[in-house]
Amino acid sequence: MQTLYTDDQNQFRSVVSRFLEAHATTSQARELQETASGFDQAVWHQMSGELGLVGTHLPEAYGGFGFGMIELGIVLEEMGRRLYCGPFFSSAVLSGLAVAELADEANKIELLPKIASGEERVALVLDDLNQVEGIGHQLMISDQGLLSGTAPMVIDGLSAQRLLVIAGSATGLGLYQVDKGAQGLSITPRVSVDQTRKLAEVVFVDTATQFVGRVSPEALNRFWDLASVALSHEMIGGAERLLEDTIAYTKLRVQFGRPIGSVQAIKHRCADLLLTLEFAKAATQHVSFSLAAGEEEKHHPSMVKAMVSDCYRDIAIAAIQLRGGIGFTWENDTHLWFRRAKCSEVLLGTAGYHRERMIQSLGGQDAA
Amino acid sequence: MTTSIEAFRSETRDWLRTNCPPGAIGPGEIHSGSTKMSFQADTVAWLEIMADRGWTVPMWPKAYGGADLSLDQAKVLYEEMAAIGARLPLINMGTRMLGPTLLEYGTEAQKLRHLPVIARGGAAWCQGYSEPGAGSDLAGLSTKAVLQGDQFVIHGQKIWTSGAQNADWMFCLVRTDSDAPKHQGISFVLLPMDQPGVTIKPIKLLSGSSPFCETFLDGAIAEKSDLVGKLNEGWAVGKRLLQHERSGQGGLGPGPVRSRPVGVTVDLELSEVLARYVADPQTKSSQREAVLRWNMRNRAFQLTQARMGQEVRDGKTPGAATSMFKLYGASLAQDKQSLTAELMGCAGIGWEGEGFSEEEIGATRSWLASRAVTIYGGTNEVQANIIAKRVLGLPD
Repeated sequence: MQTLYTDDQNQFRSVVSRFLEAHATTSQARELQETASGFDQAVWHQMSGELGLVGTHLPEAYGGFGFGMIELGIVLEEMGRRLYCGPFFSSAVLSGLAVAELADEANKIELLPKIASGEERVALVLDDLNQVEGIGHQLMISDQGLLSGTAPMVIDGLSAQRLLVIAGSATGLGLYQVDKGAQGLSITPRVSVDQTRKLAEVVFVDTATQFVGRVSPEALNRFWDLASVALSHEMIGGAERLLEDTIAYTKLRVQFGRPIGSVQAIKHRCADLLLTLEFAKAATQHVSFSLAAGEEEKHHPSMVKAMVSDCYRDIAIAAIQLRGGIGFTWENDTHLWFRRAKCSEVLLGTAGYHRERMIQSLGGQDAA
Repeated sequence: MTTSIEAFRSETRDWLRTNCPPGAIGPGEIHSGSTKMSFQADTVAWLEIMADRGWTVPMWPKAYGGADLSLDQAKVLYEEMAAIGARLPLINMGTRMLGPTLLEYGTEAQKLRHLPVIARGGAAWCQGYSEPGAGSDLAGLSTKAVLQGDQFVIHGQKIWTSGAQNADWMFCLVRTDSDAPKHQGISFVLLPMDQPGVTIKPIKLLSGSSPFCETFLDGAIAEKSDLVGKLNEGWAVGKRLLQHERSGQGGLGPGPVRSRPVGVTVDLELSEVLARYVADPQTKSSQREAVLRWNMRNRAFQLTQARMGQEVRDGKTPGAATSMFKLYGASLAQDKQSLTAELMGCAGIGWEGEGFSEEEIGATRSWLASRAVTIYGGTNEVQANIIAKRVLGLPD
């Protein structure tokens, strides 16, 4: 198992970084968050076509590039740094991983190449984004094979060209696909504090579906782990960028005739934040390195999502605090990351949820 | 390359299995090099046989008592020692702190005079740094050394000298120019402890133990030939040594497994005592979560350590980042003691005598003693200053 990034991986990072530097600026994010779809078609085509980023982590046999969580993590960190707005997380990560992990062979052959090439943007409909245990309780397949129920929050539900759904049934959980024009399907935008990631409510009433694969509890948990680790990478990128910018600000901002970064109270806060970031980053990288090496990861994915959720939030809070008055204005970009930090903190489970999940897997007992 | 390292591994494995005495396996005593302490027969035998191969300090040059091993070979040696549970043959401030510093800053004569003795475990060293008036502001030290002929005559007081009572030698920061700016009038000298000008007084700590001393220097002598680095340029030498100290405390460097900070568990699996409390139905869920949070921090600490350790093995020297490990490692060790004491409830307040088990009293004493870890070796506040300045580049 590797313990540091290879030269190739570092080079890959700089390619991704250069692309996003040009095509994912904060002024673009500010424009895109005002639109309904929340993303730029041209950038998406370039990203999926020329660069092939969308299929980074998907198997070569199904049109992907066959890299693993390490390279996916690199892409996501760079996206998180720049608040990239677009369906990468919903389609490539959530839907891509769901199909790769949960679909049967025929459906992998049908769906993965479309997702990997970026030709189709697919949203994954889960009835619970807070906890894996909640999945498949609201969305149910009837004995007649029709889907009903509500998913209150679906990432990029409105702009997606196709929906994948995990739903319960009399015979257990399954993965299904639904056409955007299907009968009984309604999609309504939901406005969250983070408009750089679009959410929608998705309601099904006796909607026809196509079966994609059976979902065992183990496979569902593994999917949740992988998705949580992927999101953690995006969050680490955002946290790192915010801390760098904040430290740069404290070196420039002069009060009492000296840069505020020379004041010990501020130095100590920055040093603490650096430690929080470095340790969360090491944990995140470790879990990707070991996933890439095919090692079973029982506790670390939840550990990582828990640590990174706290880390990103704490750095975002400090980023506003250390900027003083300018930090809480609309004009200043800091709040864009602050909002992203909040939504990412709760998506796929809060820190508290993931700690509890670890306690369960470590054999701790319920307080009941 | 691969074949030669694998050959080295199998040779090493065979040799260790044949030669490591049973008394040097598993937890137990490690030789400190002190000529004033007595050690068990196997501890001494293990030291001697390892020193013969240069394996007490495997990466040092052979001329100075080492074995000239490469980083990869040293790693193999430590892995093979760990595989049979062999303890280190020798640990002291000579092998871990002064030795690396002398290799960098010492003259050839100094290296030949001191390093082979350190490598053989023939002397224990102590650190004459802190003074009553110079703690965090170490460069404000006032112990004075005056050159008379071929000798420095030293007057002043050192404090927090760990292990001074068993040390044979001291490396010491002294002021040799009182008129220069404070960082530019300091020199780094070596002096023997057994001489009339040196008096030692143990300091009793709040935990009841006395691992530290006050060391009074009243006309103590250091030979001029034992000045390390140039006169008045000892601050750079002394600071470099501190980085070796912190990297040891932080568990960095191509070292063996033992350098983990106090009480740190190997994996996410809980330590025995904490696991017992987690499993106990009486334990509240908030306490259980506190244990888990500690374990997560601990695990992340190990992973960061492993990452930086890998970078060190790839040729980077431990720099200011060592302060990150000192700060975080100290907090972790301290928090673990506090958490354990809290989980013990009223059983965790026993000082001595009847009514408390030995384990309970031990835990309480450790909790008291842990107040020191965020202070010695540079307080957490000072480490945070160093991180802010050297890693983040924040201005003075």
